[in-house]
Amino acid sequence: MMGLFKDRVNEFPTPYTVSAAATKGGPETKLSMLVLGFGNIVHKQVVKGVLYLAAEIAYIVFMVTHGFHCLAMLPSLGWVEQEEYWNEALQIYEYTKGDNSILILLYGVATILLTLFMVWFWRECVKSAYTVECLSKEGRHVNTFKEDLHTLLHENVQRLLMTPSLIFIFGFTVLPLIFMICMAFTSYSKIGNHLLLFEWVGLDNFKTLFDSNSILGGTFWSVLGWTLIWAFFATFTNYIFGMILAIVINRDGTRAKGFWRFCFVLSCAVPSFVSLLIMRTMLQPNGAVNVLLRNLGLISADSALPFFTDPLWARVTVIVINIWVGVPYTLLQLTGVLQNIPGELYEAARVDGANPVQIFMKITLPYMLFITTPYLISTFTGNVNNFNIIYLLSGGDPVTDLASTAGKTDLLVTWLYKLTIDKQYYNIGAVIGILTFIILAVGALLTYRNSKSYKDEEAF
Amino acid sequence: MKETRQVSAKRKRFVTNTIVHIVLAILAVIWVFPILWVILTSFRAEKGSYVSTFLPKSYTIANYTRLFTDTTILNFPKMFGNTLFIAVCSCILSTFYVLAVSYCLSRIKFKMRKPYMNMAMVLGLFPGFMSMVAVYFILKALGLSEGGLIRLALILCYSGGAGLGFQIAKGFFDTIPRAIDEAALIDGCTRWQIFYKITLPLSKPVIIYTVLTSFIGPWVDFIFAKVICRANADYYTVAIGLWRMLEKEYIDSWYTCFAAGAVLISIPIAILFMFLQRFYVDGMSGAVKG
Repeated sequence: MMGLFKDRVNEFPTPYTVSAAATKGGPETKLSMLVLGFGNIVHKQVVKGVLYLAAEIAYIVFMVTHGFHCLAMLPSLGWVEQEEYWNEALQIYEYTKGDNSILILLYGVATILLTLFMVWFWRECVKSAYTVECLSKEGRHVNTFKEDLHTLLHENVQRLLMTPSLIFIFGFTVLPLIFMICMAFTSYSKIGNHLLLFEWVGLDNFKTLFDSNSILGGTFWSVLGWTLIWAFFATFTNYIFGMILAIVINRDGTRAKGFWRFCFVLSCAVPSFVSLLIMRTMLQPNGAVNVLLRNLGLISADSALPFFTDPLWARVTVIVINIWVGVPYTLLQLTGVLQNIPGELYEAARVDGANPVQIFMKITLPYMLFITTPYLISTFTGNVNNFNIIYLLSGGDPVTDLASTAGKTDLLVTWLYKLTIDKQYYNIGAVIGILTFIILAVGALLTYRNSKSYKDEEAF
Repeated sequence: MKETRQVSAKRKRFVTNTIVHIVLAILAVIWVFPILWVILTSFRAEKGSYVSTFLPKSYTIANYTRLFTDTTILNFPKMFGNTLFIAVCSCILSTFYVLAVSYCLSRIKFKMRKPYMNMAMVLGLFPGFMSMVAVYFILKALGLSEGGLIRLALILCYSGGAGLGFQIAKGFFDTIPRAIDEAALIDGCTRWQIFYKITLPLSKPVIIYTVLTSFIGPWVDFIFAKVICRANADYYTVAIGLWRMLEKEYIDSWYTCFAAGAVLISIPIAILFMFLQRFYVDGMSGAVKG
């Protein structure tokens, strides 16, 4: 994992760096380290320079009015408690405005991100000032603002195309994630009534979760075990079954290939939450499946198969239903890959007298595993985080141990959901999220880096 | 001797083929059965979720008409409108993000390229809604958690992470020969022109795939909508509406309507899917040949 962040040889050498600006730059460049855009204004890039300066002023104004306060509150996360007092005039209880730790944390994290962005922006400005200084000294052409805008369509088109999506990613993915990660180190939880005011507690939450004597700790290990079992079976049953189905439909002797494919793909058309809810009602003690079995006389009139009430039944049920939900997608995705397997391999095997099972084990499976490793990894990851199927199907039931907060089919993610949304143990939920990430990251990054597609990508 | 062997080989093939077709038929029944059952239930005249007979005794279309006329408790037409609006808007935004990001990552060498791809991989490993609570707080701080702005909030949520799901589109763009780009560059095209005049027209399958997936995502999402809408019933999406119909207090009178609603929201996807199935497969496998 560390290898990812190793220093690489700089692929994009440029003479216009910040350190060069600091050592070799002229006075106007050095001044633009304090007054952003000054160098650009001196060298006739007025609009650009003014924009830089405006951004700097906006940042300073923000920091003075809000930013420093947010940062200063961050270490303590607030201490003023909300108080109730009796308003004589209106004859009602009113509340004084106390500190709200969650907002302090959110604004603090946002301010830090903004400051990091400004550091990057400052570097860009200094580089820009130094570049324009060098260019005009050498008597080369200095881009006007209009020409600069024009480069956005050509040399710098990636800035035009990627900035909007980057802003969204930082606002709605990165910021929330950092925010949640911070929560894992606080006492933000219903336990001890820390919903409005909470403080930093360091690694205490991790200790609680790893302590197998506590209720949460014991639950954690059993949920983790089931999550891994589930992810393994859910991934490979789908993969193998989908592949066999694709092979059977594709084989020469099969008639009406399109029709069979249509039958299976039809279920993709029904949104998964609908089909899962339907499955759930069908498998209830008085649902369609039990009714059908009773009508056929396979089970007695007053009994029912315990699909979601017996732990083992429930676990097998969710895996089997996952096959029902997932196989059509696998079928769609693997059909194309299967058709790409070189035909000569099969012919050679047939000449040598291999039977279909041998052909599958010795040719199809190794070839498919080789090509689809990244797909398998992402499916595995997706299954570890497969919230919908468990939440909508079994809801984590059956709960056999009433003291614990998780049922027998709860995955880490559904448990996380229960802990945060239902129980409001935000800090423990965040810890579980982080641990899930670590488990997945260690596995996935190692495999990704050894996979063919990643190495090919390196060759770009 | 030779003839009998041929005959037995033929017979063997016939037997295998028959077995294969029977197995396929059984499997197909298993896969089609629940869908058929929902359609039957949606036309069932008897109320209630649990019935003693498998097939309905009598048929009616009252379940469908009720969905659109009985708006006092669960306003289905409004939910349908909400969902459609949200899904279309976030579909447009997400498609643009995905295609733009994939094009840059596939075609342009720039400094942030590798870090961006690593970042996307790392972010993809976090449980999707771990940050959901945090997103809610952020939307609240931005003042988007009440009233009509909830729709905007949901659109932002659904399209927010779209730029991270570039893998398939990028893989597709990678298969478009680079020589085309180089020729265009020599002819004086800017990279922007290459993007929308050359790459996009060549990428119909993957565009359709992207549109399809980014429409279906919000269309069927349940969890995000539930956390962000909370108790604001006016802005519920179809998914929450259907979920509520199965809650204890509604299930007896609304169960058949649930089936009708399920059929209705599946129809657009079914049509899209049937129509675009070919593109879906092509988009997955990268299909610019030659």
